[in-house]
Amino acid sequence: MQETVIELRGIINQFGRTRVHDDLDLDVYRGEVLGVVGGSGTGKSVLLRCIAGLRPPQGGSIRIFGQDALNCSEAERRAIDMRMGVMFQDGALFSSLTVRENVEVPMRNLAGLNAGLRRELADLKIAMSGLPYKAGDNYPSELSGGMRKRAGLARALALDPEIVFLDEPTAGLDPIGAAAFDELIKALSETLGLTVFLVTHDLDTLHATCDRIAVLAEKRVMYTGTMADMLHIEHPWVHEYFHGPRARAAVETLERNA
Amino acid sequence: MVQTGADRTTHDTDRVAGGPEQARIDSTGAEHALSGVLTVRSLPAILPKLDALGEKDLKIDLSGLKKIDTAGAYALIRLQSRLQNEGGTLSLAGVQPDHQALIERVAQSLPKPEAQTQARRGMMDGFDSLGRKVVEFLRFLGDLHAMLGLFLARLVHVIRHPSEFRVTALVHHCDQVGLKAVPIVALMGFLIGVVLAFQGSVQLRQFGAEIFVVDLIAISILRELGILLTAIIVAGRTASSYTAAIGSMKMREEIDAMRTLAIDPALALFVPRILALLIVLPILGMIANLTGLIGGAMMAWIELGISPGMFMARLLDDTSLDHVIVGFVKAPVFALIIGVIGCHAGMQVGGNAESLGAQTSSAVVRAIFMVIVADALFSVFFAILGI
Repeated sequence: MQETVIELRGIINQFGRTRVHDDLDLDVYRGEVLGVVGGSGTGKSVLLRCIAGLRPPQGGSIRIFGQDALNCSEAERRAIDMRMGVMFQDGALFSSLTVRENVEVPMRNLAGLNAGLRRELADLKIAMSGLPYKAGDNYPSELSGGMRKRAGLARALALDPEIVFLDEPTAGLDPIGAAAFDELIKALSETLGLTVFLVTHDLDTLHATCDRIAVLAEKRVMYTGTMADMLHIEHPWVHEYFHGPRARAAVETLERNA
Repeated sequence: MVQTGADRTTHDTDRVAGGPEQARIDSTGAEHALSGVLTVRSLPAILPKLDALGEKDLKIDLSGLKKIDTAGAYALIRLQSRLQNEGGTLSLAGVQPDHQALIERVAQSLPKPEAQTQARRGMMDGFDSLGRKVVEFLRFLGDLHAMLGLFLARLVHVIRHPSEFRVTALVHHCDQVGLKAVPIVALMGFLIGVVLAFQGSVQLRQFGAEIFVVDLIAISILRELGILLTAIIVAGRTASSYTAAIGSMKMREEIDAMRTLAIDPALALFVPRILALLIVLPILGMIANLTGLIGGAMMAWIELGISPGMFMARLLDDTSLDHVIVGFVKAPVFALIIGVIGCHAGMQVGGNAESLGAQTSSAVVRAIFMVIVADALFSVFFAILGI
């Protein structure tokens, strides 16, 4: 039996009078890589922000690690947040700190971790996200987009969280960089036992990394299932998404490589 | 993973509350066993104990380890490399497969530090940085002149090709810089007039020379304070907003985009802004003068009984128009200083948010400072001319 780490029930999100989510249910299991897809404006990022605690939903319940995340004390919420990491689209690194200092920021909350050890651990995280050692001394503005994403991932992983949220991790990367990032996510989720909540538009990423896919449509999670399941769904949007010209190309490359 | 319901709840609440994540090391003779949870949270407590293990060839049993994360794996690898440096070995026993995989993964991706050249600090570095600062300052002055030249060149260009001029932008900036500043400038002028009249009357009454309060107010406000204080307020309001607006465009590459679209940033951004200041600053100065005189007249009436009619008559008879002219001659110069410094600082903004803040505040400081310096130079100049 799989352990549910995130449990969403009846989530309602609305902006003014437009309802983005209506009675949305979703489960995320421990150790899986869950890809969330959906057309533009279906509220993928809103959902991510909801779970990460950046935006309370108008209705419904969120349970994280079996705990009610909406009705808990600030200390409990902080404890939950410490076990989760978020990588924002463009990294959202603090621009006045070097990459190493950025990765050290979450570690400063831990008592007893001295500066030397913090630095060594930050260097380790930077190396694990595939950045060269020297990048630790750079400021975010001196890095390329792909390196900023890796630095954002290093910061999200700083405290060895159990869940990481990745918002469009491969958007704006060149195909080689994107493929390398996919491998990185896969390898990290396998060795660290990470649960990954991945919002993406990139079909290659879905193919390469995701154990399970959740499709957002009509204001809720329409379907969940593996990539193979997705290919047999008749819903017009889902069919178009997974059978369009780009989807076919992604499947073909995958089959060629296999 | 099968757990009983009760067992699991206690386990989870324990962890959510940030509960005791601890690692324990039990030693029986040369046999060591590491158990518990070896994570970044438990590391500070356990690390000294690991470092204290004295043997050369260390054997640690990990079969009791419930959980390990990258920081924990790193601690073990660090221990291993310490022992190897001392000519010993570390052998781990009873490692669970997933823990083993993690340790290997971390060992693979260990950072490879590159030698860093530590900068030496000495006497020469002091001279070096002093020299750099001097050169930087000279370069800054040069840049300001370049900016002024660019503005004048584009102004001439606009006069020759009026169709390229952006009237809407000019009107917008006149509104932002001028109209919206009227209340604060008017209030400032009024209060200065009131204060001058009050302080002047206290002193002049001692000589029975109350009526000279009119000259005092008229000369000091018309000649110096009206335009100078207006310029300082405008420098604070406008230099900062110019720097912030142009700087954030620079930061988001909008200015590069303009260049690629064959739009001249100087023509589109600098000319309307600086021109707006040139138009508006004399008007604001006039408003400050007017409200200053009104404030002064009011206070003179209340404090000394000089009626507004008498104040007016004395003002028109005794105060030479030269004072007003001297005041207004400065306005365009102040406007140029504020506009050029604001636009120049905006173009100096780099890629990060911090430099935007730094440039904005330094633009204000420089603009106010340069306005005061220019005012001092004007005083010397007019003194030599004898006006």
